Amino acid sequence: MTTTSAPAPLAADRRAAPAHLAVLAAACAVLAVSVLVATGIGPVGVPAGQVAAILADRLTGGGGTPGTADLVVWRFRFPRVLLGAVVGAGLALAGAVVQGVVRNPVADPHLLGLSSGASVGAVLALTSGGALLGVVTVPAAAFLGAAVAMVLVLALARHRGRLHPLRLVLVGVACAHLFSGVTSYLLARTNNAAAQQQIVFWLLGGLSGTQWSALPVPAAVVLGTCAVLVARARRLNVLVLGDDACAALGVHAPRLRRWLLVLATLLTGTAVAVSGGIGFVGLVVGHVARMVVGADHRRVLPLAAVLGAVFLVWADVLARVLIAPAELPIGVVTAFLGVPLFLLVVRGRGHRLGGDA
Amino acid sequence: MSLVVDGVSLSVGGRRVLHDVSLTVADGAFAALVGPNGSGKSSLLRTVFRARRPETGRVLVDGADVWRLTAGRAARLTGVLLQEQHDGFEFTVEETVAQGRTPHLSGFDRLDREDRLVVAEVLDRTGLAPLAARPLAELSGGERQRVLLARALAQRPRLLVLDEPTNHLDVRHQLEFLELVRGLGVTVVAALHGLELAAAYADTVVVLDGGRVTASGTPRDVLTQDVLRSTFGVDSAVDVDATGRPRLALRPLCACPVRECHWSCVRRGARAPAGGAGV
Repeated sequence: MTTTSAPAPLAADRRAAPAHLAVLAAACAVLAVSVLVATGIGPVGVPAGQVAAILADRLTGGGGTPGTADLVVWRFRFPRVLLGAVVGAGLALAGAVVQGVVRNPVADPHLLGLSSGASVGAVLALTSGGALLGVVTVPAAAFLGAAVAMVLVLALARHRGRLHPLRLVLVGVACAHLFSGVTSYLLARTNNAAAQQQIVFWLLGGLSGTQWSALPVPAAVVLGTCAVLVARARRLNVLVLGDDACAALGVHAPRLRRWLLVLATLLTGTAVAVSGGIGFVGLVVGHVARMVVGADHRRVLPLAAVLGAVFLVWADVLARVLIAPAELPIGVVTAFLGVPLFLLVVRGRGHRLGGDA
Repeated sequence: MSLVVDGVSLSVGGRRVLHDVSLTVADGAFAALVGPNGSGKSSLLRTVFRARRPETGRVLVDGADVWRLTAGRAARLTGVLLQEQHDGFEFTVEETVAQGRTPHLSGFDRLDREDRLVVAEVLDRTGLAPLAARPLAELSGGERQRVLLARALAQRPRLLVLDEPTNHLDVRHQLEFLELVRGLGVTVVAALHGLELAAAYADTVVVLDGGRVTASGTPRDVLTQDVLRSTFGVDSAVDVDATGRPRLALRPLCACPVRECHWSCVRRGARAPAGGAGV
């Protein structure tokens, strides 16, 4: 090949990249503002300006001005809002990944039984009263449940060494129902009313009582996974084109699918472990991100993460103000907020359900 | 580079679709796979580009057994134009062509200087440069097919595999497409439905029927009245044009006007052995 001219930036990159970067930057700005405002909302209201001042002081190494506002913002609200953002980002990423893996825009970690597997683990820990590992018992059990669910679904969905998206969905849906049945059974069997209430609240998810110590692990998992996924986004784009296209373009489809599912399980397990079974984020946000920036996972994944964070920050605000001083489970809010939003979006765009997928 | 298929057998869903298939395509040659629907053309191509692992036999591209290579290494040797693509219409022409660089990308999946050069050069060569920023959804069938060819070329393959590349193209675009492919100077193996196209463009014609190779050789040796009758169930008049290539005029084996008569005739014709009296 003899091409002498210097490699010009590709035309599509030149044109499209700024627009999509602008969308992502705008979403990040919305997230930053949301975090500030949301941190101020609650029984003790703190104006966003004061929140910003307190955070600026704390983050620059200040000891904080003694007072209720500082305590409320720094000790209780800010870590909770941040964890909400992290969990939302993680669930949205997991949703977008699963949608790509099964080539179906209406998929999410629930569809593959990952979330319900995590619930089984957590409920087992709660009902057996096992304080084996102290406070980490429930999160660890939830994570383990998600992992077991993924291994089970993968093993059952494999057919002659191949992993087909449709079979994966069928097996996942079946296993999800099985896990829900197990959870219900455990719930019915326990006659400890306090444990029952704890379980129900946990199943619907919540961020109350979040402390700073809960933050580092999920944040590291979500950021790390996001980076790995974005670096693999071109291959994810090829995966969506089908197994023949993967073979043609040198992408080992079964291996890539397995790895992506491991990452989705890591994200789901981590999110469920710290916040319980929050539904609907992966489905709604992944879908909305696709509608905004198209099919390219290089754009979909980062945007889904940011939008998921915004969505859950506000869902958590509603959860703590709607019936204050009591709190709603956040899963109830994501359903009440997410479903109408989703239906609005789906009805507003006469959209296509992913060809043959 | 040369392609050697050596004793390949394949079953799909418990049904054997390829029986001990062997063929050789010389360096730089254009080989056409022809055969009726379900004869195993696509299955054979799938064993070549590693979408289906053959139960027995080997596929050698440039002397290397493709099933012993990694997926990425094999895709750097072999570029593929798939029969149909249902997804990915939101991507632009340029993004789609850049997908062809996937097997060449390093760890972080970024296009480097060479990747960009290759994409630009391929867009130029296939006449797609003016359409580069358009999404696939806005293109005609002929243009889209050219984009998928360009994607395969961006792999910088030594062997080009084409599965029914002229399906859904009108006659002008069929001819333009095959002219473009012929001019590339790479080894080509293409499943073709159009026998006239195979006669006009191929160096070698391989006839598949029921998963077996029933004839192979130059178009002139293979595309004969007997083969066309026994394999495809059509009657034909074959003569030779000025360049020595066969020219086919095809017509149905049965021309009974009454439906019952027609179908019984078709059944007999389809079963008739080569050269046998089927009419």
